Amino acid sequence: MSNKMQFSIETKDLNLWYADFQALKNVTVNIKDGLITSLIGPSGCGKTTLLRCFNRVNERYGYVTTTGEIKILDKNIYDEDVSLPELRKAVGMVFQRPNPLPISVYENVVFGLRIHSKNRELSKAKSDEIVEKALTEVRLWDDLKDKLKTKATTLQLEQQQKLCIARLLPLKPQVILMDEPCSALDSEATLAVEELMRSLAGSYTIVIVTHNMAQARRVSDECIFMLLGEIMEHDRTQTIFLTPQNPKTADYIEGRYG
Amino acid sequence: MDNRRRFEVISEFLIEWTIKICGISAIVFVFLIFLFVFREGKDFLLNSLDLKEFLFSPEWYPDSVSHKRYGVLALIAGTFSVTLLAMAIAVPFGLGAAIFVSEFSNSKVKETLKIVIELLAAIPSVVWGFIGLSIMNELIIEMFDAPIGLTVLNGGIILALMSVPIIVSIGEDALKAVPDSYREAAVALGATRWQMVYKVLLPAAKNGLLAAVLLGVARAVGETMAVLMATGHSLQIPHSVLDSVRTLTATIAAELGEAPVGSDHYQVLFIIGILLFTITFIVNLTADLIVKGIRGK
Repeated sequence: MSNKMQFSIETKDLNLWYADFQALKNVTVNIKDGLITSLIGPSGCGKTTLLRCFNRVNERYGYVTTTGEIKILDKNIYDEDVSLPELRKAVGMVFQRPNPLPISVYENVVFGLRIHSKNRELSKAKSDEIVEKALTEVRLWDDLKDKLKTKATTLQLEQQQKLCIARLLPLKPQVILMDEPCSALDSEATLAVEELMRSLAGSYTIVIVTHNMAQARRVSDECIFMLLGEIMEHDRTQTIFLTPQNPKTADYIEGRYG
Repeated sequence: MDNRRRFEVISEFLIEWTIKICGISAIVFVFLIFLFVFREGKDFLLNSLDLKEFLFSPEWYPDSVSHKRYGVLALIAGTFSVTLLAMAIAVPFGLGAAIFVSEFSNSKVKETLKIVIELLAAIPSVVWGFIGLSIMNELIIEMFDAPIGLTVLNGGIILALMSVPIIVSIGEDALKAVPDSYREAAVALGATRWQMVYKVLLPAAKNGLLAAVLLGVARAVGETMAVLMATGHSLQIPHSVLDSVRTLTATIAAELGEAPVGSDHYQVLFIIGILLFTITFIVNLTADLIVKGIRGK
């Protein structure tokens, strides 16, 4: 890591308003390549908002204004000439509630490829191979190899969430954003998804929003603590939890508020 | 205190029953209407009607002195040709509008469009008939150099305009019922809006959209006044959209007043009523079952 310390995501003076409520204030943060970084902080601190800036899904709602810049792959994603489909291909997202599409498991995995390949050149053999690879990577292949035709919305929640991760992989994303990916899961499933995240780290840069302090501690390499739309502290997870610099971070981590 | 308590119990009971009766009344009315229509036509239907001739002969001569013939094939052909053309126009327009209203318009445009579309549904059918009879008639004569503009084309367009509001509002409901998480998932994977619509929303909402189309069909089959005025009311099996036709509904409307009560002619008109009732019933039932199919899953 030390020989080549790169940043996957660099934001500079990022401000964001929902109508006239300012949700992010001068956020400047660098997220390192290949690590798992957690965004922590009390409800309403802007961590989900920040996460949703990285693939610009915030803009689905018309009343959002953003200033500043976010550099992903050395390109400001708020530039005029950025193609949103391309951006979202490079920056995948996993949501709070598993949201597989109401189509088969197989089609869910290749959905991304299908919408991104212009001519329908995706051969059956090729897509079979891709599906097997992606499902193996998220450790679903053994469970689901005989159920590829099943409607994805009928799977167990844990499998659904893993599938939601699997469908990002064929697109070879740079970054995977996860918005409280385990909050709808029970503790066993949470553990399974966390293990999966650890195994994906390195190949992908993962940014995860979580409410669960213990999870942040278990799973992430670095932590970013946010409060009222501002970055309070950004350091290695160990440092944040053991020797926080900012008294507010210490208070939050020890559960005095939030 | 005791009196007041008793009053509450009684009023509660009365209110409950009033509401119950309101609810059940719809079933009772439908049943009674069917019973009445059936009763008026049953003697002829059960005794002297040749069902094969009725359904498959195009000869409708209820007033002939020597040889009365009651074949409704031409009327069925009239109804179906007009409905088919109406749907060919209304389905793409209606579904397109539903998709636009639900997915592509901002809230201001959406509200305006919904109000205007509902307004379209509120125009009385006789007014549509006027438009068919005056404006469309001349337009068709001029554009196609036809001898008369009161044709399948005219009726089809008018009926399409009348069915579109139904298709739009029910279709939009169906699209709105698709969970937002599906849209978010597709968008976050990099789908464009249009990819999201045809790869995710249309498959997810297909039952509701089909129901919307079928209810539009039911509307078109049952419409009377506008088609009576716009199709020319001439008895024939149409060979092109520029032929005049006569529909089942229009025949009842035009002839029931002249047929002596209880005569064969009168009874046959009621049998046509039963036929229409059956067609719309089947269409509506199919739509209902399809909508239930969505919830079942």
